[in-house]
Amino acid sequence: MSSTPTGPVVTDSGTVVRDGAFGNARALSCRECGHQVPLGPHYACPECFGPLEIAYDFPAVTREQIAAGPRNIWRYKALLPVPDDIESSPNTEPGFTRLLQARNLGAALGIDTLWVKDDSTNPTNSFKDRVVACALSAAREFHAKVFACPSTGNLANAVAAAGARAGIKTVVLIPADLEKPKQVNSAVYTDSLVAVEGNYDDVNRLASEIAGEEEGWAFVNVNVRPYYAEGSKTLGFEIAEQLGWRLPDQVVIPVASGSQLTKVDKAFRELVALGLVEDKPYRIFGAQAEGCSPVAAAFREGHEVVRPVKPDTIAKSLAIGNPADGVYVLDVCRRTGGAVESVTDDEIREGILLLARNEGIFTETAGGTTTAVLRKLVETGQLDPTLETVIINTGMGLKTLDAVADSVGAAATIEPSYDAFTAAGIV
Amino acid sequence: MSVSVRIPTILRSYTGGASEVPADGATLLEVLDDLEANHPGIRARVLDDAGEIRRFVNVYVGNDDVRFLDGLKTPTPEGAQLSIIPAVAGG
Repeated sequence: MSSTPTGPVVTDSGTVVRDGAFGNARALSCRECGHQVPLGPHYACPECFGPLEIAYDFPAVTREQIAAGPRNIWRYKALLPVPDDIESSPNTEPGFTRLLQARNLGAALGIDTLWVKDDSTNPTNSFKDRVVACALSAAREFHAKVFACPSTGNLANAVAAAGARAGIKTVVLIPADLEKPKQVNSAVYTDSLVAVEGNYDDVNRLASEIAGEEEGWAFVNVNVRPYYAEGSKTLGFEIAEQLGWRLPDQVVIPVASGSQLTKVDKAFRELVALGLVEDKPYRIFGAQAEGCSPVAAAFREGHEVVRPVKPDTIAKSLAIGNPADGVYVLDVCRRTGGAVESVTDDEIREGILLLARNEGIFTETAGGTTTAVLRKLVETGQLDPTLETVIINTGMGLKTLDAVADSVGAAATIEPSYDAFTAAGIV
Repeated sequence: MSVSVRIPTILRSYTGGASEVPADGATLLEVLDDLEANHPGIRARVLDDAGEIRRFVNVYVGNDDVRFLDGLKTPTPEGAQLSIIPAVAGG
């Protein structure tokens, strides 16, 4: 492993970054080979192309310090690559979303203690506001002129909104066949929504090429991805804090690129290392749609590598056929004794209704996938129903109405009379 | 076959800063060998010790990921546009 780089942070364009711009972050470290490079707008290891991750020198952090912070992700700023004055810069202030005990859904599935971490209540109604807030901080510190992303929809919404609030130009790239509500939810915030004729992996490739050519662009999930990805740790931090500073036994998390799942695991390990929670075993499970399940397939077949697929599923926010963190999802789920499972589109629709009708939470197709996988894990004996379990709802059902529009509707259409009502057999 | 190869930022130290370079070869492997002859060291960045494409590198011939084609044996027709792109983006 190379030694830790020192000295001021300077970007390729010669911009000198201010002291403390990235808080307690120390360097970028390759997850594959350990090679370290100075903090900068970089995402791939120059030695092996492996993903660069933030390495920190954490100070002592106490529960009291965190609890005294704002009711958003910045309460954990000491554990993120952001400056100490992050709250003073305009951002969407995401996070500290509700952790709901799901008694009805637990009873329906035979799980003793079940919680839903409901990230649909974030400012643009998905967990993406968390990661984008961290990416926005990095973009600001690198003096980026354009804030951009390739997206399956939710990310585009979050980038467009955060950029508007921060007063930075945004460009968001999406697959042209994306659900209309997700397109509108971006276009209201930005005049530069670009619909690309291709699937998400095509859009992602295009973004990587643009990021390599254009100066001063911060692509949240490309060249500032190491900073962006750290934002997902806050899901893990909040789950632990909201449970009373302890880790759950089991967590079920949807898998698109796989970044979120690996960062929740990283969050749990950091909390243990900092002495903020007691060390204990926990199991992490990944949820995919069968029409785009390269990680679940690799898990099932015992493979170490993830073979890319061409997505075909209603769960468009999970439709990444070549997931960047897929191999690390395999590592985490195998190390913790979890699993990666997949469900069909029909099961995803059932999952949406299962969560809605039992808990009053309207999730999008990703959450339907997670809920359906939870049910499958119980039915197949892979998840222990006597252990405390958390599922993460990453997004809002109003963005994917089409998925269930044909499954639900008026139970009866009647004349406005009491006789007609009783005849309809509603009660 | 004469083709054009787009070079990612982190490999441009091998191409004198060029973002696109010409190369010859009837297959991807032959193109990489030709790149190596003209830009020594670049092959080992794209291929691992076993001679396979590194798992965090995507290579495209035209618009197609070679993992969906014939990998290193993928034909590279005259005038083809190849792209080497880091795989750790997205999500």
